[in-house]
Amino acid sequence: MIRTVQTNDIVENIKEMCIEANYFLSDDMCETMRLAKEQEKSPLGKQILGQLQENLSIAAEDMIPICQDTGMAVVFLEIGQDVHLEGGALEDAVNEGVRRGYAEGFLRKSVVNDPLIRENTKDNTPAVIHTRIVPGDKVKITIAPKGFGSENMSRVFMLKPAEGIEGVKNAVLTAVKDAGPNACPPMVVGVGIGGTFEKCAVMAKEALTRETGKHSEIPYVREMEEELLARINGLGIGPGGLGGTTTALAVHINTYPTHIAGLPVAVNICCHVNRHVVRVI
Amino acid sequence: MDKYIKAPIDKKDTAGLRAGDYVYITGTVYTARDAAHKRMYDILAEGGDLPIDLAGQVIYYMGPSPAREGRVIGSAGPTTASRMDKYTPQLLDLGMGAMIGKGKRSPEVIEAIKRNGAVYFAAVGGAGALLSKCITASEVVAYDDLGTEAIRKLTVKDFPAIVVIDSEGNNLYETAIKEYCQAEEAKG
Repeated sequence: MIRTVQTNDIVENIKEMCIEANYFLSDDMCETMRLAKEQEKSPLGKQILGQLQENLSIAAEDMIPICQDTGMAVVFLEIGQDVHLEGGALEDAVNEGVRRGYAEGFLRKSVVNDPLIRENTKDNTPAVIHTRIVPGDKVKITIAPKGFGSENMSRVFMLKPAEGIEGVKNAVLTAVKDAGPNACPPMVVGVGIGGTFEKCAVMAKEALTRETGKHSEIPYVREMEEELLARINGLGIGPGGLGGTTTALAVHINTYPTHIAGLPVAVNICCHVNRHVVRVI
Repeated sequence: MDKYIKAPIDKKDTAGLRAGDYVYITGTVYTARDAAHKRMYDILAEGGDLPIDLAGQVIYYMGPSPAREGRVIGSAGPTTASRMDKYTPQLLDLGMGAMIGKGKRSPEVIEAIKRNGAVYFAAVGGAGALLSKCITASEVVAYDDLGTEAIRKLTVKDFPAIVVIDSEGNNLYETAIKEYCQAEEAKG
């Protein structure tokens, strides 16, 4: 059975999701932040984590965005193959939703029309859209507005297969160490291992949208997530990069088959304002 | 150590600040980020005049989100300072007193901070809603066409920041991180 979904519904949902993501951090992130404050050993680090808690309350109560960098809108779409979209082009609908969300939500317009000419588009479009066709008759939308303080510190490493799991761990630790205070720690670290150059980067981005602290179902990957979180928190970078035991809140790793000659690794770093909102239409 | 300081800032005050001091800034600061820095740099290269006199000024690397009706400003936290590194030594040599941002600075900037007796403060990244509460007035004074990247004159009251690089070149990022890195390794 074919189900018809109006693209106007997609516009409206994306508008609301852009606003929601920028004012209210998801429950999983809020809980992780609260626990981090309890466990932090540095007095200054604890103070900063306290300020970040207060910041979240002010954002929600006074309707001021959590961070002034309200991000470039990254949108993951999973479209059921039994869905018929009616009312206009899908990507136009996504961009119209972003345009309305950023205008009506008093969100910052941070997108330039060309990477070198650099004129602000003044409506935060276009979004970065990743679309997959999946079984079923639903449309799943995930919105992750991405700030660039942390995006700028993200890396892709094309490792040799011989470098193995230790090479992967070192790549992640190198990226986090180099990011240091620039990426607004405590951070969430999204990692993609395998695939191709672009596949590992998209996996790393998608890993950031996972419920915070929920582990991979693959046993060795789960162990790597736990080990890397502990080792990252041993780097000493701490909240705000001013020293402490909370450098990362979570490490999420996604994997995919790869080529006999390669071991691609992408590390996508997100600050503590790891925004992600999911809706199914 | 907690200190209350005024902006603009004079050399006597910057000389008394040490990396690790927690400060509350009251007075006038100017915002400028990537695009405004590039424009000022190009104007100086052409021998022109800057839109503001930098002497003793505190420059805040910040581009706010839009203000709701009846509000002074939107979310207003610091952006990454290293993107301004290319332009900063020249502005420090013109008398800029201090900068507020977040993240590491280049060796050239640290040298220029020492040479000019200036200081680099960090505000907490990602706390833009909280920090906006310390801003009591905001007015675009130059480059309005740059939108969020325009130069704004802000009035701030008890704006919280931490001295990261002081006028002697001491760098809190290096010392504080080392302290906790060693502590963890010792335990491990």
